[in-house]
Parts: sequence; structure tokens; C-alpha cells
Amino acid sequence: MTYSRKWFVPTLYILFLMLPIYGLIAMSFKTTGEILGGFSFFPQNFTLANYKVIFTDPTWYNGYINSIIYVVINTVISVSVALPAAYAFSRYRFLGDKHLFFWLLTNRMAPPAVFALPFFQLYSAIGLFDTHLAVALAHCLFNIPLAVWILEGFMSGIPKELDETAYLDGYSFSRFFVRIFIPTIAAGIGVTMFFCFMYSWVELLLAKTLTSVAAKPIAATMTRTASSSGYELGLLAAAGSLTIIPGAIVIYFVRNYIAKGFALGRV
Amino acid sequence: MNKTLNQKAWWLVTPVLILVAFNAFIPLMTVVNYAFQETFGNNVFFWEGTTWFEQVLRSDRFHDALVRQLLFTGMILAIEVPLGIGVALTMPRKGHWASVCLVLMALPLLIPWNVVGAMWNIFALPEIGLLGHTLNSMGIDYNFTRQPVAAWMTTVLMDVWHWTSLIVLLCYAGLSSIPDDYYQAANIDGASRWAIFRFIQLPKMKRVLTIAILLRFMDSFMIYTEPFVLTGGGPGNTTTFLSIDLVKIALGQFDLGPAAAMSLIYFLVVLLICWVFYTIMMRNEEQ
Repeated sequence: MTYSRKWFVPTLYILFLMLPIYGLIAMSFKTTGEILGGFSFFPQNFTLANYKVIFTDPTWYNGYINSIIYVVINTVISVSVALPAAYAFSRYRFLGDKHLFFWLLTNRMAPPAVFALPFFQLYSAIGLFDTHLAVALAHCLFNIPLAVWILEGFMSGIPKELDETAYLDGYSFSRFFVRIFIPTIAAGIGVTMFFCFMYSWVELLLAKTLTSVAAKPIAATMTRTASSSGYELGLLAAAGSLTIIPGAIVIYFVRNYIAKGFALGRV
Repeated sequence: MNKTLNQKAWWLVTPVLILVAFNAFIPLMTVVNYAFQETFGNNVFFWEGTTWFEQVLRSDRFHDALVRQLLFTGMILAIEVPLGIGVALTMPRKGHWASVCLVLMALPLLIPWNVVGAMWNIFALPEIGLLGHTLNSMGIDYNFTRQPVAAWMTTVLMDVWHWTSLIVLLCYAGLSSIPDDYYQAANIDGASRWAIFRFIQLPKMKRVLTIAILLRFMDSFMIYTEPFVLTGGGPGNTTTFLSIDLVKIALGQFDLGPAAAMSLIYFLVVLLICWVFYTIMMRNEEQ
């Protein structure tokens, strides 16, 4: 295959990826009149009015704050409980370890639609309904198995001699784990956090079911606008464009590790 | 790696076990409760046995949704897997351009699912969207809110747009683990492009491809938000997949019994297909 032809496929693919995103961003700078008036590739009457609404109306910008709060709580919980568990799976044999690992993965296969209503009842019963913690805990259902899966892959790549030498040097388990082991697999933790962030950030069904006002995520705020379609397309487009930014920042920081994350994980 | 036998390792697993069990067991028991019993509120339950299961398994509505779901998952896998492999093979392997490609390609993965739906809705609107406008001005009569075929094409295209990058990323990871020596050796032997793919690149990608296909299968089988925002399951019922139908029955009509029975059947179908696929792939790996 020649050099020039090789560039053709990825370039075309990226162009295909960018077109809908461009459409969204272009629309966010248009006035309602222009959007409904017909199609234009570039905004004719460039306006920032849509963004102004989002940054000044608390029901809008609180959505972003709520989403970020529960995503961060979820990422912290998922990674911190997954770390010791992944260590156990990668280093030790114990009664029922293989079954436990597969059972964890089956939770990744559970359709959120199945769990929406029971989750609503469960979290209402324990008084956590409409809190950030409820959404963060609910997202643990699929993020903890994923975190254990990825971390276990990374840890299995670290030779066991590291642990043994440390124990011979008189390190206790907890001191070894915090001082030596965690810094060694820092890249793996970064990748895991990326995936936890990603899946918690993009999920809507559970987040919407478990909140009403106080912890309402941005995605749910947007669906309200979507249902009154037509009139607020520009606003919807602006809100959508802004949801791309946190993800883009996260990708930029982990770009060299993303691909490794799943590749090192064991099926 | 040979692992030491250590039953105390259970302590390390306990926090994960408690958190996941809390989220999995209690809701699952609720579903089971509703699936076998009838309730008229006030926590009074009447044993119904397998009535709901028989009702769901016999209903045309469930069959249709299942067939649509299988068709959809089959279609997106048939498009995304070859396309993902193709893009991964042709993208630059090192340097700045590789980073740029990775960042741009990963972008769709991090957009909230309802935004993906809304974005494609806007993109495909017949008069004012980029895609819809272009197709219509080319003389193709396209309106995804009214034509079932157009709605299907748009939904499939949206999923290809959304998830092919995951397969690209994973294949790219598999490919970058191949040392340069392999390619040099292949060149010396005068191997064809196809032979390099078949005997060097494909075996190296096999493991990551398994993960990719499993993940794509699971996620596409559970798809809810994107088609719900894009088409709302319409026109008619033509894009009502299993999850959309389930939510309609459970929260729309509040038929909890059939919804719970359907949930369990649905979950078992996903588990079964994943387990079969996983076992076959693992057996191949051992050989």
C-alpha cells in the first residue's frame, strides 16, 4: 500500500467523526430564527446568547456541577475499592476466586433498564434519593467490575519479585501497597480512572431515575429541553457542546495510555 | 504467573463484594419478586408462578423487539469490526499524528449518550440538519422521523459513529505490541500484505478483538438512551429495541410483573450469548 493511500482511510474516518460534532457546535452559535429558517453551513448571525443562558441560569449550570460531583465521587470509590481487590485477584488463589471474577463481570452485562425501577425503590428506601451519593453508588454497579478488570491486567504485568523483595525488606502489606505498589502502577490507575470517568459521565438512565432536583445531572436537564423541541434547539446544541469539553480534557491527559488500558486487561 | 494460595485475600475483595452485591442482589431480588408475584400495592403479594414468563415468551411484542435487537447488534458488529480493524491498520503507529488521531477518535466515546442522540437528531433533521439537508438536496427523499428504513440507517450510522473508535483503540493497542522485527522478517521472506495481516497482525489482535466484540455486544444489546433520544423508538415501533420496550412496559404502562419477567429473560439472554462467545474464544486460545 502506498504512503498517500494509507492516509486516506483514517482521514476520511476522522472527517466522518467530526461532521456531526461540527453540526452541533455550529448550531450552538446560531439564533433560533436562523436554525428554523433553513440550513446554513456557517452561522450567519453569530451569537453567544445560547451560552449566556447556560452560564447565567442556575438550573443549567448546576447540572454540570452535579454531574461532575457524582462522577468524581464514583471514580474515587470505584478505584479505591478496586485496587485491593485487583491485587488479590492478580496475586493470590483463594476459594471461589474464578467464580467471583466472572460474577463481577456479569454485573457489567446487566442492562441498566432492568435496574432502573428497583434502584429507584432501593435508594428511596434508604433515604439517598436525589443525592449525588446515590448516583455515584449506583454507577459502581458497572464501574467497579470494569476497574477490577483493568487494574488486574496492569498488576499481572508487574513481576511478583517486587512484592517479595519488599516483604523481605520488612515492609508491612499496607506500607508496601501505598509506598511502592501504587506508584508502580500509576499509569494503570490513570487509565482505570479514565474509563470510570467515561462510563459514569455518559450514563443517563440511572442518573436520571435517581435524581429529581437537587442532584439533577446536565444530561437530564437537556432532555427536558429536547422534549420541547424546535424552540430551543440552539440552547440544546450549546449545552451539548459544553458536555464534550470535560471528556476532551480527560482524553488529552491520558492519550498515551488509553489504548493500553484494555489491551493489558485480561478477558 | 503462579499464584500463592491465600484465603486471607478474601479480605481484600470484601469491599468490592459488599458494594457490588448491594447494587446487584437487592435490586435483582426486587425484580425476581415482581416476576413471580402479582401486587396491588401496599406490599401485598400473590404468587403467580411462571404466568408472566409464559406471557412474555409468547407475546409477539417481545419476539419483535428481540428480533430487532439481534438484527441491530448483528448489523453494527458487521460494520464496526471490519471498519475498526481497517482504520487501526492504516492509522500512523507512532509520533504526533498518532496522538492526534487517538485524541480525535476517542472524542465520541466521551460524549454523554443523550447528547449523542440529540446531536444525531440535529444532524439528521430533514430541512435544517447537515446530513438531512445534504441528502434531500441531492434528491434523495430522506426523513428519519417518518421512514422506517431511514430511521434504521440513521440509528445504525449513529452507533457506528459512536463506537467504532473503541474497536480502533483496542486494535491499535494490539498492533503496537508487535515488534518491528516481525515486519522486517516478513519483508525478507517476501510476505504479501495479506499474509502479514493473516499471520502476524490478526493473531496479535485476537485477544483485544475478543474484548472489543464482547464489549460492543453487551453495550449494543443494552442500548437505550441514544435511539430513544434520536427516534423515540419510532416511527411506530420500528426502532424499539429491548431496553426501550422494557422501559415502556415498566414505567410507561406500569405492568411490573411482565416487565420484571422480561428483565430476567433479557438478562439471561445477554449472559448466555456472552458466556458461549467467551468459552469459544478461550478454547481457541488454548489450542
